Amino acid sequence: MEPLDLEVDESSLELPSDPMQLLMGPSHPAMHGTVRIVLDLSGETILKADVQIGYLHRGFEKSCERGTWNQVFPYVDRCNYSSPMLNNVGYALAVEKLCGLQVPERCQYYRVIMGELARIADHLVCNAAMGMELGAFTPFLWWCRAREMIYDIFEEETGARVTHSFARVGGMAHPPTPHFKAAIRAALPHVLAANAEGVSLLQNNRIFMDRTMGVSPISAEDAVALGWTGPCLRSAGVAYDIRKAHPYLVYDRFDFDVPVGTKGDNYDRFMVRVEEIAQSARIVEQALEQMPDDGPINISDPRFVFPEKSEVYTTIESTIRHFKIVMEGIPVPKGEAYGYTEAANGELGFYIVSDGSGTPYRVRIRPPSFALVGGLSKLVTGQMIPDIIPTFGSLNMIGGECDH
Amino acid sequence: MSKKLLDILMDRFGASVILDTHSHVGDDTAIVAPAQWRDVALFLRDDPRCKMNMLADLCGVDHIGQTPRLEVVAHLNSLELGHRLRIKTRIGDEDCSNAVVASLVPVWSGADWFERETFDMFGIRFEGHPDLRRILLYEEFVGHPLRKDYPAAKTQPLVPYREGEDVLDKLEPFGADEGMSFGRKHLDYVKEES
Repeated sequence: MEPLDLEVDESSLELPSDPMQLLMGPSHPAMHGTVRIVLDLSGETILKADVQIGYLHRGFEKSCERGTWNQVFPYVDRCNYSSPMLNNVGYALAVEKLCGLQVPERCQYYRVIMGELARIADHLVCNAAMGMELGAFTPFLWWCRAREMIYDIFEEETGARVTHSFARVGGMAHPPTPHFKAAIRAALPHVLAANAEGVSLLQNNRIFMDRTMGVSPISAEDAVALGWTGPCLRSAGVAYDIRKAHPYLVYDRFDFDVPVGTKGDNYDRFMVRVEEIAQSARIVEQALEQMPDDGPINISDPRFVFPEKSEVYTTIESTIRHFKIVMEGIPVPKGEAYGYTEAANGELGFYIVSDGSGTPYRVRIRPPSFALVGGLSKLVTGQMIPDIIPTFGSLNMIGGECDH
Repeated sequence: MSKKLLDILMDRFGASVILDTHSHVGDDTAIVAPAQWRDVALFLRDDPRCKMNMLADLCGVDHIGQTPRLEVVAHLNSLELGHRLRIKTRIGDEDCSNAVVASLVPVWSGADWFERETFDMFGIRFEGHPDLRRILLYEEFVGHPLRKDYPAAKTQPLVPYREGEDVLDKLEPFGADEGMSFGRKHLDYVKEES
């Protein structure tokens, strides 16, 4: 019998040197089911990455051109299912900009508080998913429990956990419930405590640090040129936050900081989100103090806002008013406007064009994720395959808005 | 500040390139001749008074019935100076032929995906784009769905719908009118295919 450890001259063996092509996703758990990356590999090193999106494309912009202006709200909910309230408010502000409307002060505070809660929930989920994809399941469970506390508040206020469709052009669908402030004051400390607990598990965790620190860094110039905004841009050291740079609603009345990173790597993106949760909580606390307890929520212009239900059923004027808003839509003047707000992932823009009818001529969403994922190929080129997982997680790709 | 930006553009390029300007609802807008699209963008990025270092958004709009028909809209942002500007240009004939404009990828690398999306949705070709192909839709897709003459209810399934009475998945979607009792159907350019 021949010996197994046959002497082989290794120099005569020919090792394959062609790049290997690997298709990652879309049904890969870390790709969230909506992204495919075509990788050219040399060993485990990525030579070229072609990021392909569109698996969740639902024709959002085309659908908007077929209803009334207010019928767009359910669609924008589904563009970002992690923080739909911010999308609601962003779209409402864009249409109000074109109409020249200013919602009452109480409503502005209401929008700020609801929006910041949504931001906290969004960051919690992003960080949780990022940790979970690296094997840290405990923070995921803790943070989802914290998110659930925020969702409880949303459910109480809007009637829905996730897809609220709660904002309206000229106000909100309902005024705050009587126990609105008390509920938030009770829940917020628990959310922050759960956040701190989870962070303590990851922040100095050897495995987490090794997989994120120095992985997929980006320079400030590159991030700006790619159109990055939000936490990912700030992690590269650019202190750009629309809430500070171009304050909308009542954000100029609050004292909060804009956290920035230094290297723009995965760890910085994680830590910027952690710190932003604390800053959002600060804003919520200040807004709860300043928010008036009574006063109108909606503007008084009868062409934009539904009349009281009790009046619709009893007076002919209100019936007609209700009918006209439902059937003809609200009168948005002819023209164009670009409304931009700071959503959880960055600049959320709505470019709207009106031809003066009750139906949008064009609703264009500028999703923050789209620009972020556009830079993914640049980030992972030259890295190893396992580095894709935390990099993709730290970008917080939201399929709904990225794929429109 | 903002008025100044449009004046700077007008001084540099003149009325033959900057066809029109307006500041409706506070958004400064310059309508640019398509031939100078990239020159204007380069100037806006590099001029120390403008410093438009970020392309916030780039999209298309279909103005059916007008010539030129298609419009490319870009929203620019200067992080340093804190101002914003919208530049637009009109291209394409009545049937969307000759819809070609210079790519902005050499100016802002972030324009890559936005231009691919605009090509996908409107069929506008960006000259000089390194990799102009569909992004949200699949290669086999015919037409450009955000054009106004593309029927909103039209479907192009890659996998054909199944036939039979008790098939639960992959059935044809709702009809054209489902849930949309009003909207643009009265306009003659939206002809639903039956």
